[in-house]
Amino acid sequence: MLWALILLPAICGLLVFLPFIGRASRVILVSASIAHLLMVTSIWLQVRGLMSAPLIALGLPDNSLDIGMTAAGGWLALDHLSLLFLSIISVLFLGASLYSLGYLGPERKRRIIDYRDELHLNNQPDAVFISCLLLFLSSTTLVTTARHMGIMWIAIETTTLATTPLIFFHRNARSLEAAWKYLLLCSVGIAMAMLGNFFLAVATARGGMEETGLLIPDLLAVAPGMSPNWLKAAWLLMLVGYGTKMGLAPMHSWLPDAHSEAPSPVSALLSGALLNCAFLAILRMLGILDASGMGDFGRHTLIGFGLLSILWAAMLMIPQTDYKRMLAYSSVEHMGILATGIGIGGLATSGSLFHAVNHSLTKGALFLVAGNILATFKTKNINDVRGLLRSAPVQGVLWVAGLLAITGAPPFGLFFSELQILRGAIQTGHWVVALLFLAGLALAFAAMLWALVRMAWGSPIEGTGPGTNHTHSVFSEAVPVVLLVAVMLLGLWMPGPLAEVIELATRGLR
Amino acid sequence: MQTILELLAICLILLNFRLLGASRLRSCVGAVAIQALALNLLPLLSSAGENWWIIAMMAGSTAIKVIVLPALVLRAIDRTKVVNEIEPLVGYTKSLIIGAAMLALCAFASRRLTVPLGGVDQILVPISLFTILTGAFLLVARRKAITQVLGFLVLENGVYLFGVTFAVSEPWLVQMGVLLDLMAAVFVMGIIIYHINREFDHIDIDRLSNLRDGR
Repeated sequence: MLWALILLPAICGLLVFLPFIGRASRVILVSASIAHLLMVTSIWLQVRGLMSAPLIALGLPDNSLDIGMTAAGGWLALDHLSLLFLSIISVLFLGASLYSLGYLGPERKRRIIDYRDELHLNNQPDAVFISCLLLFLSSTTLVTTARHMGIMWIAIETTTLATTPLIFFHRNARSLEAAWKYLLLCSVGIAMAMLGNFFLAVATARGGMEETGLLIPDLLAVAPGMSPNWLKAAWLLMLVGYGTKMGLAPMHSWLPDAHSEAPSPVSALLSGALLNCAFLAILRMLGILDASGMGDFGRHTLIGFGLLSILWAAMLMIPQTDYKRMLAYSSVEHMGILATGIGIGGLATSGSLFHAVNHSLTKGALFLVAGNILATFKTKNINDVRGLLRSAPVQGVLWVAGLLAITGAPPFGLFFSELQILRGAIQTGHWVVALLFLAGLALAFAAMLWALVRMAWGSPIEGTGPGTNHTHSVFSEAVPVVLLVAVMLLGLWMPGPLAEVIELATRGLR
Repeated sequence: MQTILELLAICLILLNFRLLGASRLRSCVGAVAIQALALNLLPLLSSAGENWWIIAMMAGSTAIKVIVLPALVLRAIDRTKVVNEIEPLVGYTKSLIIGAAMLALCAFASRRLTVPLGGVDQILVPISLFTILTGAFLLVARRKAITQVLGFLVLENGVYLFGVTFAVSEPWLVQMGVLLDLMAAVFVMGIIIYHINREFDHIDIDRLSNLRDGR
C-alpha cells in the first residue's frame, strides 16, 4: 500500500510524457489524485478498525502507535502523525488538480497576455506542469511516510525540485526571479539540514560505540545516551534548514515571491502541503530531542522562531498591496502559529496539529479564489479590485468567508484551534507567549480585514471586472466552496476519527 | 597516512582561498572540481575504505561531483557567455581577509565540538566548517548567478566533507539519493540561469529586484 501511494503518482508523472498522450494527461492527473485519495481513505478505514479494539480503553503503550503499515524493511512506515499530514496533502491535491483543469483550459485556448507588462506568456507545456505536480504528490507522500532521516531529507529536496518548474510556469521575468530565489534558498537551507543529519549521526556515536543509522526508531532507542552538544547543534541546523523550507521568519524571504508568482493551484499546494512537510521533518527531530531529554531546549527555540514569524509576518501584511503576497505572509504567520503551538506543548500540541489541518484547507481555498479574482480582474493589486461582492458575487462571498476564516473568526475551525493553542499557553503558564501570540493575531486580523473591506465592498471601478468572454470552469468555484465548507464544519463539529488520530499523533510527540 | 591526510587538508584550505580570490569563473569551476576530488580521496585513507561498496560509492560520487556537476556549470558558462565575475559585491582582497578571519573562527569553534570517536580526524572539523562558510560567503558576496551555484556547490562540498569523515556508515541508498538530488538541483539551476540570461541579457542576481513588498 505504501509503495502504491508513492509510486502511482510518480509513474503517472512519467506517463504524461508519452507522445500520444496529449490532452489525456489531464485525465491522468485527476485519476491519479482520486486513486491517491481513495487509498488514503482506505487506510483511514483500517485505522478505524484498529481503534475499535479494546486496546484504546487500556491506553496504548508508546511503541504501538504505529498503524502497523510498513514497507522496505521499516524504512517507510505510517504512524498517526504521518496519516494526518498525508490526508491533508491528498485532499488538497485532489482539489488543486480539479482546479488545474479549469486553469489549464483558458491558458491554452489563445495566446495569453501577461496582465502587467502586456507581454505574451510562453507557458510551460502541459506535460511538464502535470508531471511536476504528480512528482510533487509522490515526493510529499514519501516525506510523510519516511522513517529514516536521510530518506526524509531526499524526499524534501525532491519536493523543491518538483515545485521549481511549477513556479516558473509562466516563464516571464518575475516568475524566473521567484523560482531562482526559491531554488537557491531552499537548497542552501536543506544543505544545512543535511549537516544536521551528520551531526545527529555523530551524536549517536558516543563512548566508542558504533554509530547507529539514521532510522528514527533506532535513534529514539539510543537517544538518552546521545552527546548533548552535538545533538543541540544538530537540532539548530535542522530547525534552520527545514525552517527555511517551512517559511519561518527570518528565513522566509523566498516565500512571498514564490507564492505570488506561481500559478494559483501551485500556490495552494505550496502553502497547504509543502510547508507542512518541512514542519513534519522538524516534528520528527523534536521527537528525538524529547527522547534524549532535551525537549525543552527544542521547544524554547521553536517558540522563539514561531513568535518571530507571527509578528514579522503580521507587520508586513499591514502595508501590503498585493493580495497574493498578503496570503503568502499569512502562511508565514500560520507556520509561526504551528511552531509556537508545538513549542508550548501540552494542550497546544493537539491544537497545533488541528490548526495544520484547518490552515491547509483554508489557505488552499483562498489561493484558488485569489486565482479566480486574478483571472477576472487581471490585477494582483488590492487597490485595483473594488466592489467584489457586486461585480463577482460568488468570488466575493468566497473571498469574504475565506479571509474571515483565516483570521480566526468564530464559526470556522481556525478559531477553535487557535483558541486551544492559547488555552494551552495559559495552562502551562506561558503568559508572555500568550500575549505576543494574541498581539500578532490581532495585527494580522486588522491587516486582512482592511484589505477585505477595500476589495469586497464599494462600487466596482469602471472598466474592470468580469469581461463577457471570461468563463470560469465549474471546478474553479466548486473546489474552494467545498474546502471552505469543510473548514466551517470542522469548527462546528469535530469528526470522531480525526479527533482520535490527532490525539494519538499528539501522544507520539510528547 | 597522517601526512597524506594533512596534505589533503592543507590543499582543501588553499582551494577555498583560491575560490575567494579568483575572478575567472572557469578557474573557480576547476577549483570546485579539485576540491570534490580531494574529498572523495579521504575515505580511502581511513581503514573503513576496504569494503567494496564504499569504493563503489566513491566512484559514483567522484563521477558526479568531479565530472558531471562541473560540466553542467561549464555548459551554463558557455551558454551565457559570462566569463568573469566583474565587480563582486565584496572585493577580492577583502574576500581573502574575511576568509582568513573565517578560518580562525572555525578553528576556534571546532574546539567545542570534539569528535566522540576519539579524535581521529579532528583536523577535518574546522576545515569542513570553513568550506561551508566559504560557500555561504560566495553566495552572498558575488553577483553572478553562476558564482552563486558555485557557492552552493562549495557549501555542499563542506557538508559532504563532514559526511565522509564521520558518517561513513550511511547506507548507499541514501548517499545515492543525495547525489541524485544534488545533480538534479544543479541541472535545474542551469536551466533557470539560461532563461534568466535570455530574458534579461544578464545574470546579475542583485539586479533581479522586481519582486518586493508593496508600493
